[in-house]
Amino acid sequence: MSENIIEVRNLSKKFRNHHAVKNVSFDLKRGEIKGILGANGAGKTTTITMLLGLLTPTSGSIKILSTDISKDRYKILNKINFSSPYVDLPKKLTVRQNLYVYGMLYGIKNINQKIKNVAKELDFTGLLDIKVGELSSGQKTRVSLGKAVINEPEILFLDEPTASLDPDTADRVRTFFEKFCKTHNTAIILASHNMEEVTRLCSSVIMMKDGRITDQGTPNSLLKKYGKKKLEDVFLKIARGKK
Amino acid sequence: MRSVFRIFALVVRYFYLIKTSFPRILELMYWPTFQMILWGLISKHLTNSNDTIIQIGGVLIAGVLLWDILFRSQLGFSISFLEEIWSRNLGQLFVSPLKPLELVLSLMTISFIRTTIAMIPAALLAIPLYSFSLFQMGLSLMFFFTSLLMTGWILGIFIIAAIIRFGVAAESLAWGAIFTLAPLSAVYYPVETLPEWIRWLSLSFPQTYVFEGMREVLFSNNFNSNYFIKSIILNIIYAIIAVIVFLVSFEGARKRGGLINTGE
Repeated sequence: MSENIIEVRNLSKKFRNHHAVKNVSFDLKRGEIKGILGANGAGKTTTITMLLGLLTPTSGSIKILSTDISKDRYKILNKINFSSPYVDLPKKLTVRQNLYVYGMLYGIKNINQKIKNVAKELDFTGLLDIKVGELSSGQKTRVSLGKAVINEPEILFLDEPTASLDPDTADRVRTFFEKFCKTHNTAIILASHNMEEVTRLCSSVIMMKDGRITDQGTPNSLLKKYGKKKLEDVFLKIARGKK
Repeated sequence: MRSVFRIFALVVRYFYLIKTSFPRILELMYWPTFQMILWGLISKHLTNSNDTIIQIGGVLIAGVLLWDILFRSQLGFSISFLEEIWSRNLGQLFVSPLKPLELVLSLMTISFIRTTIAMIPAALLAIPLYSFSLFQMGLSLMFFFTSLLMTGWILGIFIIAAIIRFGVAAESLAWGAIFTLAPLSAVYYPVETLPEWIRWLSLSFPQTYVFEGMREVLFSNNFNSNYFIKSIILNIIYAIIAVIVFLVSFEGARKRGGLINTGE
C-alpha cells in the first residue's frame, strides 16, 4: 500500500457569507493522478489554492508530505509546483530568463542543462530566447508547465493544464505527464473541464459541486455507479443535479 | 545559504528587466539629471559673487540630489514589486520556497542598484555644470546615502503592504506618497522654518536629520554624528513597524485570496 502524501480533512473556506469550499476531505498517494471535476464556481481552484498555501482555510487541515502546511509550509514548497492559467510568468523576461530565475528559487543545480531538457521534452526549445509576453496562449501554457516541472516535484498541481492547447499539443502534453509521473513517481492533482483528459490521466476523480465533494472514486467506478458510458455524462448529471 | 540564493534569484529577475530595456536605464537616469539641471540653473540665477549665496546654491542642489536618493530608493523598491503585480506573478513566487522577507531583501538590493544607476550620472554632471560636487561631503555623504536609502526602503515596505491589502488601486502611492512628506522633511530649509507646533512631526522623520546634517556639512564643514545616529535609530524603529505591517498584510492577503487574484 503506497503512502498518503496529501491528507485533507474537513477543509472549508468561507468568504464573508459565501462558503466556497465545505468540509472537503481526501487523500492522495504517491504517483497517483487525481482529477477534481466540477462546474465553474464548484470550488476546485479554491481547494487547490489552499493546498498550495496561497489561501488560508477557514477550518480543516492539510498535511502534505507529513507536514501540516498551516505550521510549516516552507518545508515542503521545494517539493511541489503548480501551473495555472490564473497566474502568469513575467512577460518582459524571456522564457530562458524566467526558467533560470525559477530554477534558482527552487535551488536547482545545473540550471542551464535542466532548462534545455525541460524545453526539449515540452517542445519549446525554439522559444527559449523569446519574451513570454510575445508568446501565444498555447506556447505560454507549455512554458508554464515547463516551470512547473523544473524542480521535479513530488506533487504537481495543475489547473486546467491543456485549456488553451490545440488537440495535437494537448495530446503531447498528456503523454508527457503520463511519462513524467511514471519516471519521477510524482503525484498530480488535476483540475480540468476536459473529461477525455481526466479519463485518460486520472486514476481517481473527485466530483465537486457548490464547494462540496458530491462523489469520488475511480473513473470506472463512477461510470458504473451512475450507469453512464462517458465521464462527461456523469459530470452533467452531478452538475445539473439530475437524479 | 539557500535563502541568499533565493534573494539573489529575484535580484537577477529584476536586473534582467533593467538590463534588457535601454529606455528603462535611460528613464532611471533622466529624472535625477533633469532635476539637478533645473535646480542648478535656479541656484545659478540666485548666485552672485556673494559667498553665502553660492553656498545656498550648493545647498539647494545637494537637497535636490539627496531628496532624489530617498525618492529613487522608495520608487525602485515599490516599482520592482509592482512588476510582480502587473505580470500576475505573485502566485508563482509564493508557491516557490521564497519567503516574504526574502522578497523584501531582494527588493532592497535592487532598489540600491537602481538608485545608484540613477544618481551617479546626475551627481557627476553637477561637477562640470555648476562646479558643485556632492562628493565634497566625503564620508558624510556615505552616511546620508545609507540613511536615505533605508528610509526609502521603509516607505517602500509600507507601500507594498498597502498594495497587498488594497490591490492595484493603491499603486499610485508608489509615485505620490513620498511628496506628502517633502514639506515636513526640511529638504531645502531648516526645521526652524516650520511653524513651531509642527516641528515635532518633522523631527520624527529620519530624513529630516539627514537634511539638517547636510546643511551643517556644507555651511560649517562639520559632520554632526548626532544627526546621523538619530536618523538611523528612527529608521530602525520604523523598519520594525513596517515589517510587522507588511507581514500582517501578507497574512491578510492569504486569508482573502489576494496573492492569486492581485493583478491587472
